[in-house]
Amino acid sequence: MKFRSLIFANLFRKKIRLILTIGSFAISLVLFTFLAVVNSAFNRGIDIAGADRLVIVSRVGLMQVMPISYADQVAAIPGVKSVTHDHWFGGVYQEEKNFFPQFVIDPENHRKVYPEFIVPDDQWNTFVKDQQGAIAGAKTAKRFGWKVGDRIPIKNSLYGPTKTWEFNLDGIYHTEKADGDEGQFWLQWKNFDENVPAVLKSTAGWYILKLDTPDDAVRVAKAIDAKYANSSFETKTETESAFAAGFAKQFGNIEFLILSVGSVVFFTLLLVTGNTMAISVRERTAELAVLKAIGVTDRSVLFLVLAESMMIALFGGLLGLLLAWAAIPVISAAVTGLLPPLLLSKTMLSFGLVFAVFVGVVSGLIPGIGAMRMRVVNALRRV
Amino acid sequence: MIRVDGQGNGKSLIQVRGLSKTYRRGGEEIQVLQRLNLDVDKGDFVGFMGPSGSGKTTLLNLLGGLDVPTQGSITVDGDEITHMSGSKLTKWRARHVGFIFQMYNLIPVLTAYQNVELPLLLTKLSGSERRKHVETALSVVGLTDRMNHYPRQLSGGQEQRVTIARAIVSDPTFLLCDEPTGDLDRKSADEIMALIEELVAKHGKTVLMVTHDPVVAARAHTTLHLEKGVLVEASKLEQGVVAGGVR
Repeated sequence: MKFRSLIFANLFRKKIRLILTIGSFAISLVLFTFLAVVNSAFNRGIDIAGADRLVIVSRVGLMQVMPISYADQVAAIPGVKSVTHDHWFGGVYQEEKNFFPQFVIDPENHRKVYPEFIVPDDQWNTFVKDQQGAIAGAKTAKRFGWKVGDRIPIKNSLYGPTKTWEFNLDGIYHTEKADGDEGQFWLQWKNFDENVPAVLKSTAGWYILKLDTPDDAVRVAKAIDAKYANSSFETKTETESAFAAGFAKQFGNIEFLILSVGSVVFFTLLLVTGNTMAISVRERTAELAVLKAIGVTDRSVLFLVLAESMMIALFGGLLGLLLAWAAIPVISAAVTGLLPPLLLSKTMLSFGLVFAVFVGVVSGLIPGIGAMRMRVVNALRRV
Repeated sequence: MIRVDGQGNGKSLIQVRGLSKTYRRGGEEIQVLQRLNLDVDKGDFVGFMGPSGSGKTTLLNLLGGLDVPTQGSITVDGDEITHMSGSKLTKWRARHVGFIFQMYNLIPVLTAYQNVELPLLLTKLSGSERRKHVETALSVVGLTDRMNHYPRQLSGGQEQRVTIARAIVSDPTFLLCDEPTGDLDRKSADEIMALIEELVAKHGKTVLMVTHDPVVAARAHTTLHLEKGVLVEASKLEQGVVAGGVR
């Protein structure tokens, strides 16, 4: 890196232009990172889905319920380790904007199927015994300032006339992974079953079953669906990740949307940095010609231009990632309830940095090759 | 001894034989140099004069390995450069040629020291060795006290001195000067010429210089005129002799 001083001197030659380019690069990268984080948030259910878990829903649709008797029948199928069931509660805490997912769970088997949700034993035991009990995820509890022992009123109009259900917060759960879902709220199935209209009594919204081994997934899924084929409540059994992917698709083709906007951001970045480099190289035609005249090789000239564009991209990238790192928790807090929790992982930060360097190389390539191919005689004649 | 008749003894530092250069401009062929011969010995100081478009700069570019001839050969210190590949020629330039341009062509964002150091970055010299060479070159041109100044903080004459320091810092085989005083006032031009003369006389440098200025050209050991694509010695031009013929 003998040319270090030349690279840095050239980089800071036009300070305002450099600041503007780095600024636009950084802001574009913040947008790009934000999109990636949103995409990851929507796909997190798929990523963290257990490979050894199947989900049974009604063939008619997710909102259609199934008899609770299926639980024991499914548990008897070879290869099934344990079965639990959920219902969507869908209530409102104080205001509509305070959304968080509420599930009616089966306390008996829930922990066997979802060992990744950690609840202290004493809190769990209290919950199991307390029909009006509830357990909240650590994030939701923190969001509303709840503590164990609080009384939580939740308005619900999905199951009969609007009424406020009151719950005792018996426990707070955490997850094994830092990016796990700590936003849920669980209530007892018995409590739910006693208070819903007759048509919904003794039903489950969906079943989740844990397998002895993931290798059994296809066989068990087929066996379940075959068992209930042509019954009043036909089933559709799929892996938890397929279920999560289908659930995410309800919001529209988020991935396509993000990919489209991301592509626009990528090409904008290429144009901005490429334009800066093209102008910069054009301004320095004579200087590059002199460098070549005194013996700097064509390859070294290309390297000088690429090094400069990469430095711009690297500075812009680091600044962008720093801004994203600072802004995403704030945005995530602001959109709680509207979007899943937004988390900027180390992998995303590394990807952002690699992306920035890639943009730097690509944007410097055309002006760099131009400079490399430039004939000294022609360039000096233009001076 | 400088010769233009192609009858040199084969021991000259620079030997040019049958050099031709043709440009194509809009379908038309323009022959700038025609079977030109030249022999320059080590320590010679040659001035090239001629009207605009006569091919002075083209000749300088060919001698410096910046351009390739249409025909003929150039041999410098035993190396025939006309058939060298682009990358080999670049390395050859770094080792053998020092360029001094009319517009100085210093890198404005580098200090005088850093500008002079540039050719040495292509060598394997260590940082301290480079410093020694740069300081020596700057002391030869009398700018040791300005080494940390940027080109914009120097006068035109001082900028040209830095260019000269940059040209000599790697101790090249010869120096090529393209209108070295063309952008300077008379006093500064005199100082630059005195410096170039000193490089020849004291340091044994070989200098080939293009100029429009007869006063500047007169300071060279020999002045050659480019007339119709061939070189003629000034004394013979006065007698009306062109490339062996009579005008």
